[in-house]
Amino acid sequence: MEVLLSLVVGALVAAAIYLMLSRDLLRFLFGLILISNAANLSIFVSGRLISGAPPLIEKGQDFPVGEVANALPQALVLTAIVIGFGLFAFALVLTLRAYRSLGTLDTDEMRVAEPKDPS
Amino acid sequence: MSESSHFLFLIALLPFIGALLPGLMIRAGRTACAVFTAVPTALALILLMMLAPAVMRGEVVQAEIEWLPQLGLSASFFLDGLGLLFATMILGVGLLITLYARFYLSGDDPMGQFYTYLLLFQGAMLGIVISGNILLLLIFWELTSLSSFLLIGYWKHLPEGRQGARMALAVTGAGGLAMIGGMLILGDIVGSYELVDILAAGDAIRASEWYLPALILILLGAFTKSAQFPFHFWLPHAMAAPTPVSAYLHSATMVKAGIFLMARMWPVLSGTDAWFYIVATTGLVTMVLGAVIALFKDDLKALLAFSTVSHLGLLTMLLGFGTQAAAVAAVFHIINHLTFKAALFMTAGIVDHETHTRDIKRLGGLRHLMPITFVIGTVTALSMAGIPFFNGFLSKEMMLEEASHTKWLGSYYVIPVFATLGALLSVAYSYRFIVHVFLGPERDDYPHKPHDPPFGMWAAPALLAVLVLVIGIMPVLAEAVVTVAANAVTGADLHPHLKIWHGVTPALYMSVFAIIGGGVLLAVHAPLQRFWNAAPRPEAKEIFEWLVDSVAGLSRRITDISHNGAISRYLAIFVVTSVAVGAAAFFGSGLAAPTRGLLSVPPVIAVGWFMLIVATVSVVMMHHSRFRALVLIGVIGLTISAGFVYLSAPDLALTQISVETVTIMLLLLALHFLPKSTPKESPLGLKIRDGVIAVLAGAGVAGLAYAFMLRDIGTISDFHIANSYEGGGGTNVVNVILVDFRGYDTYGEIIVLGIAGLIIYAVMHALLDGPASRRLRNVDYSQDRSRDRHPLMMVVVTRVLMPLAAMVGLYIFLRGHNEPGGGFVAGLVIAIALLMQYMASGFAWTQARQRIQYHAMIGTGVVIAGLTGIGSWLFGSPFLTSSYTYIHLPPIEEFEVATAMLFDLGVFLTVLGAVMLMLYSLSRIARYAGETVNLEPMDYDPAKTGSGDREEA
Repeated sequence: MEVLLSLVVGALVAAAIYLMLSRDLLRFLFGLILISNAANLSIFVSGRLISGAPPLIEKGQDFPVGEVANALPQALVLTAIVIGFGLFAFALVLTLRAYRSLGTLDTDEMRVAEPKDPS
Repeated sequence: MSESSHFLFLIALLPFIGALLPGLMIRAGRTACAVFTAVPTALALILLMMLAPAVMRGEVVQAEIEWLPQLGLSASFFLDGLGLLFATMILGVGLLITLYARFYLSGDDPMGQFYTYLLLFQGAMLGIVISGNILLLLIFWELTSLSSFLLIGYWKHLPEGRQGARMALAVTGAGGLAMIGGMLILGDIVGSYELVDILAAGDAIRASEWYLPALILILLGAFTKSAQFPFHFWLPHAMAAPTPVSAYLHSATMVKAGIFLMARMWPVLSGTDAWFYIVATTGLVTMVLGAVIALFKDDLKALLAFSTVSHLGLLTMLLGFGTQAAAVAAVFHIINHLTFKAALFMTAGIVDHETHTRDIKRLGGLRHLMPITFVIGTVTALSMAGIPFFNGFLSKEMMLEEASHTKWLGSYYVIPVFATLGALLSVAYSYRFIVHVFLGPERDDYPHKPHDPPFGMWAAPALLAVLVLVIGIMPVLAEAVVTVAANAVTGADLHPHLKIWHGVTPALYMSVFAIIGGGVLLAVHAPLQRFWNAAPRPEAKEIFEWLVDSVAGLSRRITDISHNGAISRYLAIFVVTSVAVGAAAFFGSGLAAPTRGLLSVPPVIAVGWFMLIVATVSVVMMHHSRFRALVLIGVIGLTISAGFVYLSAPDLALTQISVETVTIMLLLLALHFLPKSTPKESPLGLKIRDGVIAVLAGAGVAGLAYAFMLRDIGTISDFHIANSYEGGGGTNVVNVILVDFRGYDTYGEIIVLGIAGLIIYAVMHALLDGPASRRLRNVDYSQDRSRDRHPLMMVVVTRVLMPLAAMVGLYIFLRGHNEPGGGFVAGLVIAIALLMQYMASGFAWTQARQRIQYHAMIGTGVVIAGLTGIGSWLFGSPFLTSSYTYIHLPPIEEFEVATAMLFDLGVFLTVLGAVMLMLYSLSRIARYAGETVNLEPMDYDPAKTGSGDREEA
């Protein structure tokens, strides 16, 4: 499982970075979705893997019986998923706005703030 | 700490408090302004004199307040003989300069500013000499650089003033940076930044392997400040300042700071070969070089500036010798140099003020026109020359005496010869100051007819000239001060005897030779100067400017390369750097052996993960087809949520699945308004580069993830798990962490989410109001749109689903504290249910039935969560402390009510509001782009063609 999951994380990161290095903003956005998934997964696996033992306490018990999954990374990732969505939505709307105002999605052509020839 | 030691704080603070006054008092007139500058200085001086008797008895006055003990930084002050000597000089000359400047500055100069800067500078200098903590000393050190910048550049309208100030700041500031490094090393060796501890640890410091780096760094600071070769060039350019500034900075204060530091660190750093060769040699070179240049300067102030460089070199050399007698000579010369040089600068200022020129070539014969100035100038210049019965003679004799028996690289001649040469040149330029300015025939072409200035202007230099004579004739009077300061420098118990006649010694011969040789040199000055002017020599200012320009050019080139405005470039640099740093850390440190076994993989799960990898690769391959990529991204998200289920994270699975749904919907809405054509591909070379970078990064993250999955860690989760039920009253540990243990984090996060929603709304609103909205109206989307906007099946199903979805949302919300679920998921589920209405029945139809504003929902959510947190204050608990109880309401089974649930309600509302506001904002575009709206919920009649019962948006 660990090997497979590492490969998943690696593949997600590689694909995300490849897409984000492109000059096309929409590809960048796709990359952003993938990298946020990859980041969430790698934070999650930092809590170590365990199967079939969610961090819940049985009725009538004060503590979970036996070993359960690490709850803290889960809590962190939970909020990270939601915040990641906020970030993505924001980036998407900025992209839309940029396209509507500048007529292009090519980052090399978006040169209002940083003109290529500073004369 | 004795009572009177508190005075030290007052002394350190007075100039800074006083600096507030002149700017205000200038409204009451120039004299009032000067008086109010003098008051804090005089008060500080009085307090200092009250401490003086104890110091003169050999005591050390100390006062300390803890400031940042974690950093070893305390506001500790320390007054011994050396500090007392310097503090007296700084405050005493400060008073004289205040008086002198009152008459020197013209009515056009903003005098309030001048005095404010002066007091700031005085406070900074004073801080250096009475600091008891070297970190504190560094702070004051930087303050002198900054405040001297203001003083040197005081005449802002003069380009030379601005350039000189910049140069002084660059050189002394850079030296200060080096010194910070040196001081930190010193503190690290000793384990304390307190001066007392450092002074006591000389042996340990000299034995440390870090001694040499520390020495060089500290000396860089001292040499730049005290204008030692090759950093001497800033000092003459700082002469663009008003003369009172020059007189203050270059006699008693700024340039002496470096000398002070070397004297302060003398017991710790001196006594090694490194110290001797670096410090003494630099001093010697500076002394001779400064004197040579001074001889050929026609500007009075430039002459004095280079003579200052020369005398600073002399002091540095004496400290560099490392002997106790040389230290005594250095301390004595500090006093003597102060008296004659401050007076000489003021004299030069008077001459400039009266004749309107400082060019020696245009002066001469002033002795009858300005008799008082003549007397003052002559007395002090003769002292500078080192003529007997003037105080400069005494310390110069002591210097020559020390030089005469100091061996340099095995030779007994190098130092005595060059020291005599320096003395000879010093005599020559001092004579020149007298002869070419005051003697000779009276001229009739002065730019302005000169006469002696008012009393107020010559009083200060006259006082100093009297001191020159008194010490020169009765050196015994200075003995006590020199003794106590020299003891502080050397840490020994010395009893030096200062006297005029030492018998016939080598020093006497050298002195006589210098005095006669100086006269001869002046006689042949004119041809020598022609030769000097013709000779090529490096111009320090040009070299400095070339250096500054090339550094600026280099940084501009680096910026242009790394920061070319393309986001792909930044990302590539960032990723490559991260991978490199990560790899260095990964391979550089030994990795502990794995402690965990591998988890087995059931076939179904393996297929799932494998699918995920395939989908990921496919996104890269098929990203040209947007909608296909979208489907694949959905597959990835859903597979991950399935993985979360298997790996014991049900809450994450719920959140992931709902966020994934919302993300895809958002993208669907937006893609409609983004180009559908395939954009230009990157060239193959770039693609390969990107691919390599991406694979490297992927491999790095994969390796990292694999490495830590195989190793156990100690985790604070055990605490959360153990206390979740007893402390937080919930059995879902993840939810209890979110709303209780880490509630404050969650509170921050919902605020961020709310803000993101509001910003998206604002951005879209601006877009729809701007010129882009007109273009949007004219786009014809009829080609790519299904004729049936709102299919019957979908409309019906979503409306039936709506109450069900709301029910599910409520259920997920209520069980959240104990079972997987909670505010985040519930908010997302309801948002999806609402969104379905927008998609199925159209924007206008849904909006007309939607009565709660999403903005208000975000606000309400944040306020509820915040109030819940504040509520716990009422019970005397910290922010967001949770409390809970159980309620049994038949027929519902017993359920729990916790304040944490109220907090979760806030989370729920904010998430719902923010997500809906984002989607709503995007949907609004569709309206502007000419979406049609159904009058009836189900309006499609295939029998009809056209759009009879439709209404334009």
